Amino acid sequence: MSDYNFAYLDEQTKRMIRRAILKGLAVPGYQVPFASREMPMPYGWGTGGVQVSAATLTPDDTLKVIDQGADDTTNAVSIRKFFEKTAGIATTERTARASVIQTRHRIPEAELTEDQILVYQVPIPEPLRFLEPRETETRKMHALEEYGLMHVKLYEDISQHGAIATAYAYPVKVEGRYVMDPSPIPKFDNPKMEMAAIQLFGAGREQRIYALPPYTQVVSLDFEDHPFEASKADHPCDLCGAEDSYLDEVILDDAGGRMFVCSDTDYCRSRREAGHSGRLGGEAA
Amino acid sequence: MYVAVKGGERAIQNAHAWLAEERRGDTNVAELSLAQIREQLSLAVNRVMAEGSLYDPDLAALAIKQGRGDLIEAIFLVRAYRTTLPRFGSSRPVETSEMACDRRISATFKDAPGGQVLGPTFDYTHRLLDFKLAAEGDVPEAPAAEPRMEATPHITTFLQGEDIIEREAFSDEVPGDLTREPIAFPAGRAVRLQALTRGDEGFILGMAYSTQRGYARNHAFVGELRIGTVPVEMEIPELGFCIEIGEVELTECETVNQFKGSKTVPPQFTRGYGLVFGQSERKSIAMALVDRALRWEELGEDNLGAPAQDEEFVLSHSDNIQATGFLEHIKLPHYVDFQSELELVRKLRREAAELAETLASREAAE
Repeated sequence: MSDYNFAYLDEQTKRMIRRAILKGLAVPGYQVPFASREMPMPYGWGTGGVQVSAATLTPDDTLKVIDQGADDTTNAVSIRKFFEKTAGIATTERTARASVIQTRHRIPEAELTEDQILVYQVPIPEPLRFLEPRETETRKMHALEEYGLMHVKLYEDISQHGAIATAYAYPVKVEGRYVMDPSPIPKFDNPKMEMAAIQLFGAGREQRIYALPPYTQVVSLDFEDHPFEASKADHPCDLCGAEDSYLDEVILDDAGGRMFVCSDTDYCRSRREAGHSGRLGGEAA
Repeated sequence: MYVAVKGGERAIQNAHAWLAEERRGDTNVAELSLAQIREQLSLAVNRVMAEGSLYDPDLAALAIKQGRGDLIEAIFLVRAYRTTLPRFGSSRPVETSEMACDRRISATFKDAPGGQVLGPTFDYTHRLLDFKLAAEGDVPEAPAAEPRMEATPHITTFLQGEDIIEREAFSDEVPGDLTREPIAFPAGRAVRLQALTRGDEGFILGMAYSTQRGYARNHAFVGELRIGTVPVEMEIPELGFCIEIGEVELTECETVNQFKGSKTVPPQFTRGYGLVFGQSERKSIAMALVDRALRWEELGEDNLGAPAQDEEFVLSHSDNIQATGFLEHIKLPHYVDFQSELELVRKLRREAAELAETLASREAAE
């Protein structure tokens, strides 16, 4: 497709985004403002992630796109097609084969390597936003490392519910400095954020990019007497039998019958190909 | 069964095909041409140009057709196209005092040089459905007069002579551009005006209306409202002078507002300003009211805590493409998040039930 530049964005725009990415990598967890562009998909559909991917991709890259852990969800299909069309790059569903992975709401189950980049789509980059709606205030709070409000919120959760009532987008502290929103991944994925791959976060509508270099310390906020717990449905996968993967609950019939399946479709398929099977592995696969 | 949760490329392709069919509607009815939209739905075209931030009636008409008449969808199409266009340079500021006016009214003076020109307005029509329009028919030609050749001076210049209205500070500073730089607060008036002119008409209208109803009231007179075309000039460095590259239709509104004066400034009138592509009267008046409300700090007025005074609030929520995107994205799959919430609520309920049971058994024992 010759009508558009490689990966849609013009080189000047990519340069502007790359600068923001580099700044983000230099100051892990800090939200870098960038002049986000209108993309041909709506805000909220991953325009931040798409811009970061567009600025990151080279013609030799292999791209994987997942939404809710799956390669075949409609928006993942749509974004993958967008880059196939505008960048003509190779795409894959295999986590291990991808050099760039754009994701919404999940971190793949398979461990990522130093040769990979994980790009997150971020709706609200500001972890303090629902405690303080004003950007002018939250920027000040980050600058002064003033995170008391967040700890009060977590404490109030414990005093009211006996537990921290945040199940996804669970806030983390990066290298002992910035409190960061991990994007709406389930808190099950939080511990995986200390990884070998580069992690880039793009929020298009909110015009922010932030980043985690490889092996950055990422600590989920908690209290000594209420330690962080990465939870998931207490089942094995009904298709591949995995006990260590995050599960989706699927309603099977009117009588409330359900099954639990890996949300990471590639992980589940790889396991089944390797001969693993779960409770319903034979019939549903 | 598991297949049901798979999206799939085919589903998307089929949805697009059906959408195209629905957009066309009954094929026994003649298809709309872009010229028809441009000529006969010109106010919709104007809105799409204004909020799409791109002056191109033909592209706006195409976007309206493609968006099935959903103007926000059309604005989105224009914005996404606009952002890919290269920038050759910037024009000279347009001179609205030299506008060729189709319409020019003042609510503050009965008459003034340039006169009151009603122009093509709905203002004094009776809103009765005109059933004659249901049938096709020719429109009788409107009476015409010789156009005025001389420039129409702004009403506020007459007040300026008396020094009874604030003077706008002159500045050669290059105004910011929120489409190229991320917005930061305080944004400053130039960027504020840019955000307002491309902001959602309904949102700006609601904000302006709220000031009229007492949320930071700044009683506004429409000093002047003018609609017409102005030439757009660009300085070509190689030539060393300006050339005209085209003309645009604009609506400009200047309000005259009360101001009690402050410690340093004697009582005088102040201004609110609205400037919008095309014939966009409602939008430009609303813009002027919101602009004036946002100027409270600069004019030393009190912050009354009203939404229309809050720059961060107004500017962060005025863009309908951002708003509609984020609002509508909640229909995308969220089952991973929902699953984690499900687990959490189940856990909390289990714990609450256990606690209640313990308390009950303890009570029974006592």
